[in-house]
Parts: sequence; C-alpha cells; structure tokens
Amino acid sequence: MSIQTWTYIMVIGTFGIYLTIAWMARVKDTKGFYVAGGGVPALANGMATAADWMSAASFISMAGLISFMGYTGSIYLLGWTGGYVLLALLLAPYLRKFGKFTVPDFVGDRYYSSTARVVALVCAIFVSLTYVAGQMRGVGIVFSRFLEVDVNTGVLIGMAIVFFYAGLGGMKGITWTQVAQYCVLILAFLIPAVAISMKITGHVLPQFGFGGRIVGGPDSGAYLLDTLNRIGTDLGFSEYTSAFGAGQKSMLDVFCITLALMVGTAGLPHVIIRFYTVPSVRAARLSAGYALLFIAILYTTAPAVAAFARYNMVNSLSGATYASAPSWFRNWEKTGLIAWMDKNGDGVIQYHAGAPFQGKPAYADGAGAMGQRMLTNAPTASPNELYVDRDIMVLANPEIADLPAWVIALVAAGGLAAALSTASGLLLVIASSISHDLYYRLINRQASEKRQLLIGRIMIGVAVCIAGYFGINPPGFVAQVVALAFGLGASSFFPIIVLGIFWKRANKYGAIAGMVGGIGFTMLYIVQTKFLGAAPWLLGISPEGIGVVGMCLNFALTIGVSLVTEQPPVEIRELVERVRIPRGAGAALDH
Amino acid sequence: MREYWKKNLGYMVALLSVWAVVSYGCGIFFVEQLNAVRIAGFPLGFWFAQQGAIYFFVVLIFAYYVLMQRLDRAYDVHE
Repeated sequence: MSIQTWTYIMVIGTFGIYLTIAWMARVKDTKGFYVAGGGVPALANGMATAADWMSAASFISMAGLISFMGYTGSIYLLGWTGGYVLLALLLAPYLRKFGKFTVPDFVGDRYYSSTARVVALVCAIFVSLTYVAGQMRGVGIVFSRFLEVDVNTGVLIGMAIVFFYAGLGGMKGITWTQVAQYCVLILAFLIPAVAISMKITGHVLPQFGFGGRIVGGPDSGAYLLDTLNRIGTDLGFSEYTSAFGAGQKSMLDVFCITLALMVGTAGLPHVIIRFYTVPSVRAARLSAGYALLFIAILYTTAPAVAAFARYNMVNSLSGATYASAPSWFRNWEKTGLIAWMDKNGDGVIQYHAGAPFQGKPAYADGAGAMGQRMLTNAPTASPNELYVDRDIMVLANPEIADLPAWVIALVAAGGLAAALSTASGLLLVIASSISHDLYYRLINRQASEKRQLLIGRIMIGVAVCIAGYFGINPPGFVAQVVALAFGLGASSFFPIIVLGIFWKRANKYGAIAGMVGGIGFTMLYIVQTKFLGAAPWLLGISPEGIGVVGMCLNFALTIGVSLVTEQPPVEIRELVERVRIPRGAGAALDH
Repeated sequence: MREYWKKNLGYMVALLSVWAVVSYGCGIFFVEQLNAVRIAGFPLGFWFAQQGAIYFFVVLIFAYYVLMQRLDRAYDVHE
C-alpha cells in the first residue's frame, strides 16, 4: 500500500478512536465539564498532562531546532521539563486541595478581589489564545504535507474534531482522548527514533546511541558526538557540544531563557488545571511525577534524534552530487522544506554555515541542469548552497531510516495527536475563563447547572472558531507570541500563586500590583524587542528570557505592597492554613 | 501542624537545591568545566544539559511523593 493510503488509514483510525472516547465520556454537569468530575486516576492524568503539554512544536519542531543549535538547544529540553518539579513541589498539591475549577478561581478567592480575578482571567485567555493559534496551524500543516489537502481544509477538519470532543465531554472528554493521543504520539516518535539509532550506532535505546560509536560508513568507530563536533567545525559551525561560543547565546541568556521557560511552564493555566481533575492531594503529587516521566520519554529521545538527523543529513548530502543524493531529498524538495541552489554550477551540494539565499525558497517553473527545482531567491555571499527547514529533521526521519510506509503514516497521526491534544486543553481554559470566571462568578451567581453547562459549550464553540480563524489567517507574529505566552505565565501567575500558598501575609493590593507590574514590564520589553526592533537593552537578555525579570519584579511588588498595606482578613489566613493540609481534598469541591 | 509544615518546607528546599544544581549548576554554569570529563561518548556537562538533568527531575518528583506520603501519615493528615 502507498504512503498516502496508509496515512488515510492511520488518521481516520485515530480520529475514530478519539470520537468514540468522546461519546463515551460525555458529561451532564459542570463538575464533569470543568474538572472531569475530579476522579481521574493519577496515571491517566499523567498521560493526559503529557499530551496536553507536548504540542506540535515539541513533536515536530523541537528535535530539528536542537539539531541546528547543538548545546544551546538545551534551553528547550531543560526549560520545558524542569517546570514540572516546581509544579509538583510548589503548586499542584495545594491547588488540588483548594479544589476549584480554574486558575482565576484561586487568584480571585485567595486575594478576595474581583479585580484580581479579572486580571487573572484576562491573562489566562491571552496566554491560551496565543498558544492555540499555533496548534491549529500545526494541524493544517500536517494535513497538507501528508494528505495533500489544502492547509485551510486541514484546519477546518481539526476544528470540527476538537469541537466535537471538547464540547461534548468537556474536561472529561478531553482527558480520555488525551490519554489515547499520548499513546499515538509517543509511539510515532519512538519507532523512527529507535530505528535510526540502530542504523547509525547499533544501540536500541536512542539515549545510549546518542553517546555511542558510529557503526559503518566513513566515520565507523568514532563517537557520534565527536564526529558531529568535527564535521561542524569543518563546515564553519561551532562545535555541537560546546557552550557559549561565538555566535551562540551567552551564559546569562541561556540561564534566563531556561528559567523563564521552567517558571512559565509552571504558570500556564492549561497545565495547572489538569491537577484539579485528580481525586486527592496524594494523586496530584503522584500524577505530576507520571506526567514528567511520560514527557521525559520524548524529551530525552529528542536530542538523540537531533544528533542522528544532523549526522545523517550532513553525511549523506554534503559534498554529494545532486544525482547521487538519496531519494528522500527529492521527495522533500517537492514540499519546499529543503532546497538546493547550485551557486557554482558544479552539480555538487555544498553545505556550510550561513543562509544560502534570502528568505524562504521561492520556486521558478522548470527544472535545473541536474533536475533540481529552480529558485528565484537572491543568493547570499555564503558558499552554502543548501536550505533546510528544521521541521524536516523529524518529518523525514522515517524515510531517512528506510522505514515502511505505515511508520511514515504513524508520524503524521502523531503530529496531529500532539497538536489536537494541546489545542483541546487550551480551548477548555478559554471557555472556562469566560463561562465560569466571568459569567458565573462575576455576572450571574444564580445561574443554574444546565445554563452554565450550555454557556460552557457555546464558549468552546466560540474559542474553536477564534483559534480556527488564526489558524487559517496566521498573524505574522505567531512565532513571536510564544515567547509572550511563557513570559506572561512566568510574570503573572507563578509568583502570585506561590506567595498565595507560602506567605499568608500576601494581600490583594500586593497581588494586583505584582501582576500588573510583572506583566506590564514583560510585555513592554517583548513588544520593544520583538515588534519595534529595539536591541535587547537589559544585559542582552533575549525577549524569551525576560519573563524571569518580570517574575522577580512581580515577587518584589507583591511583597513590598503587601507589607505596607493591611493584613488579609482572618478567613483568608484560615483558607491558606487549610490549603496546606492534604486531608479533606475530596470534599473541597463545594460549588 | 507547624512542625508538619516546617518539615514539608525542609524537603522542598532540599529537593529544589538538587533541582538547581543539576540543571543550572551542571547544565549551564559549570558546563564548560564538566565538559572536560567524558563518560562514553558524552562530554559530562553536555550530558547533564540534554539528558541527565531530566532524569534527575523525574526522580525528584517521585522522591517528594514518597517523602510526603510518610510525613502525611506521621502527622495523621493523609486522606
């Protein structure tokens, strides 16, 4: 069977599973809709959290990014896993004991203030919207690459599927489909990774193959990482494993970005609300462990895939003639993810540091002397002739490793699972912020169960449409705003929640000042550096890492302002006492 | 209860110190020094940054779970 047939089978099959699960998990009350009834077992919540967390970017783009960044790629590996330690130790158990439905719930109740609740819900919606736009786009792209449907049709199909299972089952439907989606995406990531590890190093586990010796080929017997270092320097790149070299990020910048991603992870609402769904404080602690374990399976494999893919690409393409290049090169040249401009007309692919031409490939009609696709881009002065999109490192892996067609199809299904699972979690945050925090808590406290549920479902629909709109008409700033999502998570929610649990003296004036100050500074810096073209003026810290400074500002303001204003009321101090004790979490859902 | 909370904070400080040392210490601040040491094909600092720290993170969360299980029982606040 052809790759295309297999892909249809895999995609339709997995979608069928998700829809069946959604039908079985449909809900009739708000507790089911917002927190899956609070009865999700720790192991299942761990899997759901892992799928919720790992987006299209983790699945498709991260290994490719690392493969071009070498050591500096660690910012993503450390930053997107280390936050779970903070979640497990500082947030999850206490939020579970507090036991409401959303993050603004905690902020509003703990800081006894509607203003704080509104600031929190605006942040939650903004963070989640910026994030979800990228996911819907990811769904469209996977569809268009593997099934040759139009990107926009792909986005529409994705919207319909997500609306069906999130609208019907709310958090409960999302949770159980995410469990299935985790299984699909992890298999889709591991099978090609194991195969390519065995092919290059003879090790079954990519984590060992990463540090192993190459078997076969011109570099047989040498360590993989040593070979990458040597190849890199030969071609004018910095060494793969060395840190902070010329053209790489500074130590301070690496530190700030890593910390901002960690703290941002711990402050992202769609991750935090997953811990409301488990039955007890004990289960919240345990499921954080499972979640990170399941995430770590992918996150320790990804840097190995990055190294294998880099070796493979350079080894099979650099210095090869176009005619002798492997078949995957021509397959992916069609998609525009890889391109070759024969600048010196010798028919040999020269690969060096630097961009080969300006911008993304733009093709002319007809083929070049060697049969390659002709480009209309203006060439650069660099001797480099090869354009490589980083996404190809994961997408083309199965072909590079000569795997059968069904594995390639599985990778497509895995990419879709990763994008859909993250999108659904984010959509629920947007919907619950409006239907629960805004409508029920602030506008109509008397609303019936049925009415709340209806509004929740309508809001899922509205959120799906907004996300779909951004998926079809991606604003040019989508890539930039991811920095904003993490920066805001780090500078708004994290300090406020941590102080709310660990410092009884924190009051509403402090919290509001802290959130506004932290977010204000972070947004200002990101807008200046990302959109207005200013140089990163604060010690050269990238906008991706500035959330750390915003977080410190938030901590300082909250503490300072709280100390000069009155104590929080006695019932709030009692609430904090109660949140610290695990017993009684089952009864804490008192809505 | 005061004592229970103090012990909890003690565990947290200890585990978060390990968290900081493996990720920021070994993976970032001292990565160049550690890269002089090699284990199999890995420079050690690079290994911490792309593999080791993540394993430590997983162990830390499970360690906290086990420690708190015991503590909850000892102070009779478990569920």
